[in-house]
Amino acid sequence: MKRAGFATRWLPILLLLPQLAIIAVFFYWPAAHAVQSSFYLEDPFGFGSSFVGFDNYTHLTSSSEYARIAKFTLLFTVLVTFFSLALALLLAVKADNVIRGAKTYRTLLMWVYAVAPPVAGFIGLLMFNQSWGPLTELARSIGWDFKLGVNFDDTATAMVLVSVWKQVPVNFIFFLSGLQSIPKSVREAALIDAKSSFRRFWDVTFPLLAPTGFFLLIINITYALFDTFGVVDTLVKGEPGNNPMTLVYKVYVDGFRGNDLGGSSAQSVILMVLVLALTVFQFRLVERRIHYT
Amino acid sequence: MTDTTHIPIAKRPLKWGRVMDHSILILGSLFMLVPLLMVLQTTTTTDIETIKNGPGLLIGDQFDDNFMAAMFKASGFSGENTGMRMLMNSMILGIGFAVGKIVIGMMAAYALVYFRLRFATFAFWLIFTTLLLPLEVRILPSYEIAQQLGLLNTYTGLIVPLIASATATFFFRQFFRSVPEELVEAARIDGAGPVKFFIDILVPLSQTMIAAMFIIMFVFGWNQYLWPTMVTTEEGMYTLVRGIKQITQDLEGTNVPEYGRANMLALIAILPPVLVVIFFQSWFVKGLTESDK
Repeated sequence: MKRAGFATRWLPILLLLPQLAIIAVFFYWPAAHAVQSSFYLEDPFGFGSSFVGFDNYTHLTSSSEYARIAKFTLLFTVLVTFFSLALALLLAVKADNVIRGAKTYRTLLMWVYAVAPPVAGFIGLLMFNQSWGPLTELARSIGWDFKLGVNFDDTATAMVLVSVWKQVPVNFIFFLSGLQSIPKSVREAALIDAKSSFRRFWDVTFPLLAPTGFFLLIINITYALFDTFGVVDTLVKGEPGNNPMTLVYKVYVDGFRGNDLGGSSAQSVILMVLVLALTVFQFRLVERRIHYT
Repeated sequence: MTDTTHIPIAKRPLKWGRVMDHSILILGSLFMLVPLLMVLQTTTTTDIETIKNGPGLLIGDQFDDNFMAAMFKASGFSGENTGMRMLMNSMILGIGFAVGKIVIGMMAAYALVYFRLRFATFAFWLIFTTLLLPLEVRILPSYEIAQQLGLLNTYTGLIVPLIASATATFFFRQFFRSVPEELVEAARIDGAGPVKFFIDILVPLSQTMIAAMFIIMFVFGWNQYLWPTMVTTEEGMYTLVRGIKQITQDLEGTNVPEYGRANMLALIAILPPVLVVIFFQSWFVKGLTESDK
């Protein structure tokens, strides 16, 4: 709020109206609807629904399938987050080092940001094609009989690889801009104090990048949980079967294929709570965020 | 965003550190680029060649034919989902989403920052909450509401629900708050009303921000997958990214899979957002990294 604002009464309300209207119809109403449906058992043929209290939730917590998918999602999230952050950090530090061709490298390393997850998944399908996929052939050459869509672990590997490929650019952009905002004086001091580049990185650069890293950690967890939907859907060709899937994908499969609206809504609510918890955690971190200026 | 903080490292007898840096960057760039080059190669050869050998080094002469097939040939029952049609739909979604988000976001942010509103804090929190829950989480109820409102298979239904998160509003709010107080004071002394101040002073000031936002939002809108998959069931309404699902299923068919056409469509789906990101790199990076503060 500016000190010298305008005092017009009706104009700000008019200005806020479109935003608030869209949010009300397409955000609060659906969210409330999801919470409400999660307490009902809906007839799949549309003949009404009956109130069942927390049954949908207890079904989930006692379901071994849901536990298995939750476990896989956790593992998938950890792997995708770790590898895409580590790879991006390595590349950003190197891109920050070189002078010749810095711009070219930057372009080559960030264009994948604009590739949609399902298209990334589609490219993954080609790379892992059963009969001639380059990556399948590579795996065979080291004695690994790679079977996408047949073998659970192989499919999971492909999902992680494609998701990492898609996520490296975002992390790279943030790490690079974090590196470039480190003050010149600090860099010079580090050059004088620390002889080896290895020491310089761990003692100076890495701690300075910590705030960016925390921010990216949350971004990556959210990405692995939600945005990878397109990757998963394309790689399993829309046929979940015995393939690995993430929690978001299960919400979709149960709601749209299985017509289990109550169960699907309950899963939605669980995910909402998870995202809220993540956000609160992020804010607590941001509050304590150390600024080196 | 040119890099000015480089310090030439003192000449060391061994240059192998520099070689190492470049090697890692080249490997990283190849990791990003090779899959795309392979897809590109398959669009130049015949489908038979691809089915036999997969991506290779041979550059064929089928590029034009495949391009024509991708743009003007339809698969599916209605014959409406030609590449041309999908490209148009993707453009409408990308541009409509970006414009809608920016217009609504700027209006709302202006109201929050420049006016004395009694319920400003409450409105702020209402809007703020929408950042926490991705659409994927409330997908099922959102679909039901779109259905009730008769928005399935319409551009409105495709675009408006996606606007229901307030990223742009926040971004512009941050930006407006950094605009010096003196400007609005001077404008008021000169007798400019709120509308005049907004159009003559604030919008020109925000040009770079608007451009950065437009790029990010265009890419985001273009790449949407789950929501378009749900709201568009008519083939004439498919976007390119949504069409990937169908292309994947076509390749599963028993006849000769049309790899040339399918991979060309994937390329067409990738190209516009990638070009936008590459050409407007500096704006894009600025917009992306400044929105996290």
